[in-house]
Amino acid sequence: MSDITFAPEVRPVPIPVREILPWAIFGGLLMILGIYFVGAEEGATTLFSSLSTHEFVHDARHLLGFPCH
Amino acid sequence: MVGNLLLRGMLVGILAGLFAFGFARVFGEPHIDSAIAYEEAMAEASGEPAEEEEELVSRETQAGAGLLTGSVVYGAAIGGLFSLVFAYVYGRVTSFGPRATAGLLAVAAFIAVVLVPALKYPATPPAVGNPETIGERTELFFVMLVVSIIAAVVAVALARRLWSQLGGWNAGIFGGLAFIVIIAIAQYALPTVNEIPDGYSADLLWRFRTSSLGMHAVLWAVIGLAFGAVAERALPAGARARTA
Repeated sequence: MSDITFAPEVRPVPIPVREILPWAIFGGLLMILGIYFVGAEEGATTLFSSLSTHEFVHDARHLLGFPCH
Repeated sequence: MVGNLLLRGMLVGILAGLFAFGFARVFGEPHIDSAIAYEEAMAEASGEPAEEEEELVSRETQAGAGLLTGSVVYGAAIGGLFSLVFAYVYGRVTSFGPRATAGLLAVAAFIAVVLVPALKYPATPPAVGNPETIGERTELFFVMLVVSIIAAVVAVALARRLWSQLGGWNAGIFGGLAFIVIIAIAQYALPTVNEIPDGYSADLLWRFRTSSLGMHAVLWAVIGLAFGAVAERALPAGARARTA
């Protein structure tokens, strides 16, 4: 019966928050930057003054449901 | 250990992005092509000169390398964020094993991050949407997204707080109710956006939007199922606490 996932006999040990926090800040910022470039760059706001990022990920942006143009 | 989970999350996200690309390519792209054809037909009918817009990026690139890049980058980012939330939730909010925790977290995230915002501000194909309101629409979309995530966190926190007094079922019902009430108020209060041109194909719009939801569903399904499997191996025996 060792594979009954919903009835573990031992509670899993949480990872301490102080261990998560630095990664959460570093990773969180990096991930949000990634989502920004796919979802919003050269739409509502622009970091680079061209439309090439917008045009390149155009279809992904539409299909992922971000407001596009 | 968290860094290891983050790396695994991003790799799983890339895999999920590839699956999402495959789905979008087959089920989403035909609707984008139809929408662009419709846009051109409308422009022609309204007597505008057959404008040869200079394409910065060709349609082939947009539907191929562009869609692939967008899907994979988005997938990696979502996978990374997912792994960080998992690191916090695991053993703290749930007492399930890694695979069940990842699966449940993916379902909850799909509802809060994709489904609920899409109910208010659904995906729009090309030729829908006024370029002048892009700032406002982007703002509203992200406000709805943030409200939805906060509502989900509040709902889970409430359910956990009530758990010991009311039992799992009733605590779950109250948590779910709190989520629905917050979302209902937000969706009622936020302005409606409707920039669909008159006579736009309702069928095309529906199919485009369902394919958009399908793409997200594929992404989150792969993340939820695959991340649990790889996280199980990353967690040390102590944190894993599997009943042998």
